[in-house]
Amino acid sequence: MKRWRLLAWGIVALCAGFSLNISAQAADKFKVGFVYVGPVGDHGWSYQHHEGLKAVQKAFGDKVETTYAESVSEGPDAERVITQMAQKGADLIFATSFGYMNPVIKVAKRFPKVKFEHATGFKRAKNVSTYNVRFYEGRYAAGIVAGRMTKTNTLGYIASFPIPEVVMGINATYLGAKSVNPNIKLKIVWVSSWFDPGKETAAAKALRDQGVDVMFQHTDSAAPMKLAQQEGIYAIGQASDMHSFGPDAQLTSLIDSWNPYYIKRVKEAMEGTWKSEDVWGGINSGMLSFPEMNKVVPAEVAAEFKTTVDAISAGKFHPFTGPLKKQDGTPFLADGEVITDGVLASMNFYIEGVEGSLPK
Amino acid sequence: MLKIEQRTEPSKVMLYATPLLALILTILSGFFLFTLMGKDPLQATKMFFFEPLTSFYNISELMVKAAPLILIGLGLSAGFKAGVWNIGAEGQFTIGAIAGSAVALYFYEMEGFYILPLMCLAGMLGGMAWAAIPALLRTRFNTNEILVSLMLVYVSTLLLNVLVHGPMKDPEGMNFPQSRLFSDSALLPLLMEDGRAHIGFVVALIFVGIAWVIQERHIIGFQIKVSGQADGAAKYAGFSSKKLVWMTFLFSGGLAGLAGIFEAAGPVGQLVPALPVGYGFTAIIVAFLGRLNPVGILLGGLLMALTYIGGENAQISLNLPSATTSVFQGLLLFFLLATDILINYQIKWLSVAKPSVKSN
Repeated sequence: MKRWRLLAWGIVALCAGFSLNISAQAADKFKVGFVYVGPVGDHGWSYQHHEGLKAVQKAFGDKVETTYAESVSEGPDAERVITQMAQKGADLIFATSFGYMNPVIKVAKRFPKVKFEHATGFKRAKNVSTYNVRFYEGRYAAGIVAGRMTKTNTLGYIASFPIPEVVMGINATYLGAKSVNPNIKLKIVWVSSWFDPGKETAAAKALRDQGVDVMFQHTDSAAPMKLAQQEGIYAIGQASDMHSFGPDAQLTSLIDSWNPYYIKRVKEAMEGTWKSEDVWGGINSGMLSFPEMNKVVPAEVAAEFKTTVDAISAGKFHPFTGPLKKQDGTPFLADGEVITDGVLASMNFYIEGVEGSLPK
Repeated sequence: MLKIEQRTEPSKVMLYATPLLALILTILSGFFLFTLMGKDPLQATKMFFFEPLTSFYNISELMVKAAPLILIGLGLSAGFKAGVWNIGAEGQFTIGAIAGSAVALYFYEMEGFYILPLMCLAGMLGGMAWAAIPALLRTRFNTNEILVSLMLVYVSTLLLNVLVHGPMKDPEGMNFPQSRLFSDSALLPLLMEDGRAHIGFVVALIFVGIAWVIQERHIIGFQIKVSGQADGAAKYAGFSSKKLVWMTFLFSGGLAGLAGIFEAAGPVGQLVPALPVGYGFTAIIVAFLGRLNPVGILLGGLLMALTYIGGENAQISLNLPSATTSVFQGLLLFFLLATDILINYQIKWLSVAKPSVKSN
């Protein structure tokens, strides 16, 4: 009996000790939190956001404190993780996946003083901004390179979910490739995941077996790039420079460059000039960049790529310019007509020439 | 010298003491692990195991996370006791969520006290229907229920994907794969103002009571016990094993389905593709952690929920990788299985090696 009492007191003492130093941490630093859907080591989407975190930490040094949570599922856990960050004193939280949209809106209501930034969403509030990149600009330009480099005239596309973001990427890729190669075919495989190296590899193999020799991906792992390297075909990298996974395979890559945006927003929040905005940055915003072109790409193709990138960046050319028809042949953009952001952001149809149908 | 000796009969004390012992060993190895990772072990242990208990919000989150684990664990334990292995609770959870959400969406923007009970009923029936497949195949064709139930998990996930991309998609959701947000009368009542704890936890508690009565006081509980421990004796006594397979599968499927619709109508408030996050699998650990005993499962579910929330805490506060959570859960199960030996065996100190004890 005595022993048990001793043990009980011991536990009480231990708990007391714990609760004493709970509030012992300094709280005057500006706190920035990041929520990632994948592991920081995915070398794709979440990895690039984490690079942004590091850039913020480096830019502000002692003045900010950064924190993050990785592999946060888009289900019921997201709201808790975001709430926990807000409760632990985060001043600004970047929620970096589409599925966090409703959780962010809910948490933002409860923490009006905390600022939130939601990537790729469309719901905003006084303390919730949204931000995204015009990836389709880069995909169009990369489509030109692919259209020139393919020998089988067959491009492959590993797609995640049939949301507007992905559909516009497929259409832009096709239009870019088609502009230089009228015989181009685009094969699409849907993997219903943002990050699943196993499925992505299987999809890449399936595409390879259908004669694909340049691979695109709208998923986050480097698995398709690795497979392309093994199979001796080409691929376009996604989210980060995947050169190290496919030194011969990678023609170019679409690099998400969140760093300048994150640094800018943190600075604004610290200075009190932060406002809720809807940012959709293109190549000219610096949020989308490209690594050095693979040496196998002929100089004239590289030049063609650069001209297109420059034209898009300068606002002289838009990848979605008429005349364009939908897949079923109905007219969609008249000659010279440029698509509006609204139509683009809710795109749920293929352009004429793209084969297959959107998963329903 | 240490010696392991068989007990004349299983130790009742150890049966209940070993889960506690396993927890203590897990915490101790956590200390070791944190030190190796270069984190303050005291601080990390505090974040992991104590901080989730220090605020109302965290305790309510503990209930949110534990409710489905307890419900599913209770259902599974009945089958496990009888030697019926339903490994596919995750699938029954998903189908339950789909069926219940279908009701919620059918009554969209309507009011009525009957909507929520109908949803719960649909959820249970959905889970039961999904569980009926392995039950039928087992009783009819003697197929292995482990494989069938497990593989149906993947079918259910794909079905969920098809539905949120198609018929159950939010018409105003820009083609993003998720349902509408449920209207108010289709949402579970909350237990407290601040936090997401919902009536589902209370229902789980009620089912703990029901399961206890069935297990300890009802003839079915007795039949289950006998079938699991001595199949021959059960047959001799005239218990129908087919009936037991059906009953345990429908019971576990129904509870998993109920947990599914609770999840959709509770913390999430809509049907999203990321709804199944592995509760159906974690509940297997919970069932064994609780020694297949209803009260044990209640505690096991709370403990498991604690490790999830503690893991997120430790991530945000100390930048520990999210894998730490899985490591802890693995350690816990490992120590539980390891200490199981103490139930049937005892460890004895032998001060001097007696020659007579020496066996060849």
